[in-house]
Amino acid sequence: MPILAVALAIATGAIIIALSGSSPVDAYKALIEGSLSDSKSIGRTLEKATPLVMGGLAVAFAFKAGLFNIGGQGQLVFGALIAGAVGYGITGLPWIIHTPLALLAGAIAGAMWGAIPGILKATRGAHEVITTIMLNFVALNMTDWLASKVWREEGVIVRTPHIESSAEIPRWGELPAGFFLAVVIAFLCWYLLRSTTFGFEIKSVGLNPNAASYAGISVKKIIIMTMAISGLLAALGGAIETQGVVGRYEPGFNAGLGFEGITIALLARTHPLAVIPAAILIGAMEAGGSMMQFKADVSPEITDIIQALILIFVATPIIVRWFLSQKEANELSVSTTWGS
Amino acid sequence: MSSNTLALEATDISKTFGSVKANDQINLEIKKGKIHALLGENGAGKSTLVNILFGLYKADSGVVKVNGDAVDLGRPKDAIDRGIGMVHQHFQLVPVLTVAENIVLGNEPANKASVIDIDNAKEKVRELAEEYQLDVDTEATVEDLPVGTQQRVEILRSLYRKADILILDEPTAVLTPQETDHLLQVLKKLASQGVAIIFITHKLREVLEVADEVTVMRNGQVVGSTTPAETDESGLAEMMVGRSVVLRVSKEAASPDETVLSVRNLCVEDDRRLLAVNDLSLEVRSGEIFGIAGVEGNGQRELVETITGLRTIDTGEIFIGDTSISEFSPRQISELGVAHIPEDREKHGLIGAHSVADNLILNRYYKSPFSNRGIRQQKAIANYAKDMVDKFDIRTPSIETPSSSLSGGNKQKAIAAREFSHNAKLLVASQPTRGIDVGSIEFVHQQLINQRDQGLAVLLVSAELDEILSLSDRIGVIYRGQLIVTADAADLDRNRIGRIMTTGSDSN
Amino acid sequence: MSENQTRDIGKFFFNKRWWILTTVLLVFFTLWTAEFQQANTTSVLVSTLRHSTPLVLGAMCGLLCERSGVINIGIEGQMLMSAWGGFMVASSSGSLLLGVFAGIGIGMMMGGVLAGISVGLRGDQIIAGTVINIAAIGITSFFFSLGRTLPSGKAQVIKLGPLADIPVAGRVLFSNKPITYLTLLMIPTLWFLLFRTKWGLRTRAVGEHPSAAETVGISVIGMRYLNVIMGGGIAGLAGAYLSLEAVGSFERGMTNGKGFVALAVMIFGRWNPVGAWGAALLFGYASAIQTQFQFRDWLTNDPQFIGIIPFVVTIVVLAGFVGRARPPASIGQPYSRE
Repeated sequence: MPILAVALAIATGAIIIALSGSSPVDAYKALIEGSLSDSKSIGRTLEKATPLVMGGLAVAFAFKAGLFNIGGQGQLVFGALIAGAVGYGITGLPWIIHTPLALLAGAIAGAMWGAIPGILKATRGAHEVITTIMLNFVALNMTDWLASKVWREEGVIVRTPHIESSAEIPRWGELPAGFFLAVVIAFLCWYLLRSTTFGFEIKSVGLNPNAASYAGISVKKIIIMTMAISGLLAALGGAIETQGVVGRYEPGFNAGLGFEGITIALLARTHPLAVIPAAILIGAMEAGGSMMQFKADVSPEITDIIQALILIFVATPIIVRWFLSQKEANELSVSTTWGS
Repeated sequence: MSSNTLALEATDISKTFGSVKANDQINLEIKKGKIHALLGENGAGKSTLVNILFGLYKADSGVVKVNGDAVDLGRPKDAIDRGIGMVHQHFQLVPVLTVAENIVLGNEPANKASVIDIDNAKEKVRELAEEYQLDVDTEATVEDLPVGTQQRVEILRSLYRKADILILDEPTAVLTPQETDHLLQVLKKLASQGVAIIFITHKLREVLEVADEVTVMRNGQVVGSTTPAETDESGLAEMMVGRSVVLRVSKEAASPDETVLSVRNLCVEDDRRLLAVNDLSLEVRSGEIFGIAGVEGNGQRELVETITGLRTIDTGEIFIGDTSISEFSPRQISELGVAHIPEDREKHGLIGAHSVADNLILNRYYKSPFSNRGIRQQKAIANYAKDMVDKFDIRTPSIETPSSSLSGGNKQKAIAAREFSHNAKLLVASQPTRGIDVGSIEFVHQQLINQRDQGLAVLLVSAELDEILSLSDRIGVIYRGQLIVTADAADLDRNRIGRIMTTGSDSN
Repeated sequence: MSENQTRDIGKFFFNKRWWILTTVLLVFFTLWTAEFQQANTTSVLVSTLRHSTPLVLGAMCGLLCERSGVINIGIEGQMLMSAWGGFMVASSSGSLLLGVFAGIGIGMMMGGVLAGISVGLRGDQIIAGTVINIAAIGITSFFFSLGRTLPSGKAQVIKLGPLADIPVAGRVLFSNKPITYLTLLMIPTLWFLLFRTKWGLRTRAVGEHPSAAETVGISVIGMRYLNVIMGGGIAGLAGAYLSLEAVGSFERGMTNGKGFVALAVMIFGRWNPVGAWGAALLFGYASAIQTQFQFRDWLTNDPQFIGIIPFVVTIVVLAGFVGRARPPASIGQPYSRE
């Protein structure tokens, strides 16, 4: 069970902390204090959790069609940048239009960026693991360039100007509204996969693309659309972060978030709703990190290690056997060969 | 019988897989120089038994003795060292390697530095091939070879390792009547040289023709042993199934009506850009069954894929009724009233992880009443599924069970249920009874006849010549992508069809 | 020469015509951008070899695994961990050699993890590889502390006597550092092992049709474990190369996608060590060309466009050539005897 994996990872993390000279008890206490003790820290936790929900959804959604989207990072930065650009570049709009517009722009950017590996896979059989990772690097370079040349704020620091207040996602007290938006989107994904014909087609393609094709489903179309939606979800994570937290786009934005999405998705066993508690858990760890450094003198990167450990424990026997039983005996669709 | 004429003796062999007892206290005696047939339906446990003898499975209990000595067969290597060789039903050859490489694999002639001496290998193979008159080209790549030749390579592989007990698992499933005859000759020759042969089959005629002794298995147990002298086809069938079996389906003459499927001068390439279907024409009318007889790999697959829309037409035309289907997608063709029972039910027919209910509507999930404006209607799906399960006697714990849990026969019944309820005009059935139990075979055959009598046009493709002969009203024999002969079933006989299947020509 | 031999040589060149054309074009391009100067040309070729070394090592790791039937997308993680581990050991012990061994050892260990998950536990190979990558980033980032250095600096060039004095070729081929030489020797060696020895034939059988191999007595699981671990060692060598020979220190995320480019190199080279070398040189060239752009003052204001070249080339190769490439048939599928 994932809970066992988390417990094991936390225990191993405690050992590592102890080995590095600090007290695990103090460290974990500080971690909890920094993430869950009052409304301010809960707000911080939810804030960190929001892009994780979206990243996890992106990976989980692609998994349903048997696709492994590791391009979350690239899709996310495009979403963040484009949302930021629309956010500052258009003035005079009321909030009710501007905010959704910026989100939509970011989402479309992500959908397009996600569609590229989808098209390459559907038409040329290029494995999405490599193409998405390559596109991550391309995206980082391109957004870098756009932020430093095209949509650059006056001044020394490389970043886009601050968005108009009409594009901001508000906070309700200490709690970020963006989180609840992410929760709604998670529910939408769940409903789509469970109860719509389109969701049935996606799952069919993921389980047995040959039989799905025989049943008249256009496997190519599903691959492209699923990757596009996956990219859209990741990008929305970036957009919400820009509009709700940072207020602008800076290079170096949330690096590594794509991989965290994989951890979340696997922890949630690719179930769209389970992504929410998984994201809160990891978000809490990140939110409490600075408190842990301050009070227990433990480098916050320990949370990275714990996450890696969680992933290792989750990805071995238990979930592996789950994957084996859920998919056709010979069709572990994630591990498709290089050319189809 | 003194034990030194016994090449192999298996006593009280048992093996359980999960909840299924595949082998239950099996006793088997194989004499040197004799051909011993192991007969039984699919699922009787024959393959399990020989896999244990070859070391691929480990028996839960029981003893195996080779030449009088008890042996432990933990891995194929143990069996090979003991002189046991196996020719598998699905060839265990590496497609991209050459004949010589495949035969010497694992036992390669090499120097001290492990460098393979390939010329030596080729020479040895050539000598062996000559000795047993099994003609092969040592440098050919296995995947380019026809099926009959590949089988020869499998046999040579066992002979290279000096097997004196040779197991053959359903060897004639992929051969034409002529190739089968040749194989049986080879086996007789090997037996005369002292090789003990275990010959698994479900084809009664072959047993009577070549076996010295027969053991019949059913449901994991040995139900009897006999010799061809003491029995006949219906006797064997009764032992196999446990009740008297209808060997031929009874049907009235067909009364065909208008043309439903019309294929004209069709040319289609296969995956390797070679011409698989070569100027082929045929017609199927409503109320008749048109059977295509032929060895697998002569274009049947490409023909079926083109008619069902999974492959594009290169030249020629296909009409369903009056509509030309070139450029049509599989769904559009299905909408025209074409149903399809695919050749590979695991790969194309069912989505194993989906429930039985979902699989039963797999061809219509997007239409009302199963789907309304993109939202699935679970209740309608469930009602329909329950109906189908009753009507077609599909054995399943519930309609929500994943279809992968069903037995082969029930899976095929589910596919049949789905395709027959399609209100179709044309049914394309590929290998509809492959690998399923006799009861289910009877069921499917009866369904095909019933549907035909109600006006369905059926294009039947099967490698089982008996099935074609039993069901078809008209038969076409396919060879290298062309229909060499098309005639009423009454005008064709086994031998003539077999000759055309092997040589491509109708003349003597 | 006999007529047959002439014909065979002609066929060889005809079959390799795309490689030849590409090479000619690239040579010309290089000379042109270097303004036909020896120094610039040489430095491009040296840079090409430098960039290609970790790529061909990574590709050899990848093809060793895949020829046995196991997809390894954790090459990036293996390289990163080995780069870090080798650096740590070398800087604490003062011995570069010890560092290299550490790197190889770490690579082998991670190969063992990959084999354990995908062969022993029959887990999904892509997930197993991804786990390695993520774990590598996490662990190397956490344990990394600034300020460590290699006491004696990075590996030095070893000149092969008078051969090193030949213009251009001498500098490129005969004045290299140890791991580079080792790599150049490994390429034909691996080719020979794979296509001329018993081990090679059996490996290929296991990768194409594992049950056939099992049927003649070869242990599929045993061979996969062996090859994946050895492959890991090669990836480890690549990591050690990066931190100990190429750069001389460790930086976070220093592999920067090379492990994935190595996979494209492997595919482009058709799972063949010699082909992989050709592809690695091509990719190495794509990276080396970045400096050429600087020489000619192209795009200096927009360096990001130069930075994406290797990645775009990888995508184009993957999308353009994969359809025609045929991987070993059993990759990605877990194997079980019963």
